[in-house]
Amino acid sequence: MRLLLFDAILCLLLLTLALASILSRQLAHAVILYIAFGLMMALAWARLAAPDLALAEAAIGAGLTGALCFSALAHQQPQLKPDVLNWPKRLWPAVFVLLMLGGVLAALLQLPPSASQLIAVTQAGIGNSGVSHPVTAVLLNFRSWDTLLELVVLLLALLGARQVAPEVKPATSWPLSLGWSRLLAPMVILLAGYLLWAGASQPGGAFQAGALLAAGAVVLRLNQQLSWLSWSNFWIRLLIVSGVLVFVLMALLAILLTPGNTDVVWLRWPPHLAAGIILLVELFATLAIALTLTLLVAGEPASTGAEHGCGEGA
Amino acid sequence: MDSAGQLSVLSTVLSSLLLITGLFFFIAGSIGMLRFPDSFSRLHAVTKADSLGLGSIVAGLMFYGDLWQNLLLLLIWLLVLASGSVSCQLLARFAKAQQDRVQQDKT
Repeated sequence: MRLLLFDAILCLLLLTLALASILSRQLAHAVILYIAFGLMMALAWARLAAPDLALAEAAIGAGLTGALCFSALAHQQPQLKPDVLNWPKRLWPAVFVLLMLGGVLAALLQLPPSASQLIAVTQAGIGNSGVSHPVTAVLLNFRSWDTLLELVVLLLALLGARQVAPEVKPATSWPLSLGWSRLLAPMVILLAGYLLWAGASQPGGAFQAGALLAAGAVVLRLNQQLSWLSWSNFWIRLLIVSGVLVFVLMALLAILLTPGNTDVVWLRWPPHLAAGIILLVELFATLAIALTLTLLVAGEPASTGAEHGCGEGA
Repeated sequence: MDSAGQLSVLSTVLSSLLLITGLFFFIAGSIGMLRFPDSFSRLHAVTKADSLGLGSIVAGLMFYGDLWQNLLLLLIWLLVLASGSVSCQLLARFAKAQQDRVQQDKT
């Protein structure tokens, strides 16, 4: 009967939010309540011991659907501003929120004292993983299959987005923003390299470094720089695919290098080579992630080079 | 700072004063962001918080770090200072351009 209080509060909140979302008179309020409902629903899935469904619900139910609802709202006619509530009317929601908050805090006390066994399992295997940071060890050694598939998902997302991407209008940039983005570029590259390298022993790694690089590239791209960074460029395409490609090649190499008398396991690195393999995989994953995100956010450059390449790419 | 890593009373007081000053500017900036009527005065409030508030907090934290950490803190402050000024300029120019367009439409 652990966490009974938490479960009761969760059920109550789910029902309240669902009712409030349906009965709300303002569409914007209904959408916000619906997003909150999605987050509570994710918690409910997590309590039902289905973490994968919980993550999907949080990302799709709350995040993506909420964003879609908001973008639909933006096309609606602007609604009249509601009357400002007087203090007694504001009191009831405040009391409700305080009660719920108190209940959840009280439920914290019911949490079981010991954490899951996964930490101990990770710590036991970390010596053979090639890195010393547990998160990196899990992502790129123990559960590298998941990471490989994440890279595939990213690649598929880019391929899908390319089919529906609208034309990018050519724009002009102010000299100030152009100069600042150029000044930032070397620092971004330095920091991304540091994050990638630090991933072996501290928080960091390919996804963080890739996202940072992509941020720098997007800022430059918004200022009409980096016109070579487009899908029509063969080397860019190769680098985007290389995240998955190098991962798979390394997995095949690891199978070849495993002594014949032991069981061959897909994506299991040999301990003495693990550090080098992980670094190589992460390096190409970083570049692939950075380029993919840049193209997803900024689209193709609106220059003659892009028009030339569009037919080729499609 | 002595060998045990303890600050002297004077340093503690100075660092706390700087931290509180920084906090004050951040709170004032946030309130200004929420309460000021137009983009320009909001930008004014927020960039004050970013540059002066963060500067005070960095200065207050420098009593606790060694030389290398302090250099990094200083670098962070300079970066935020520069990016704050640049983005403030860009946002203000955008707001001005929009304002001009609205006025053109009216005439």
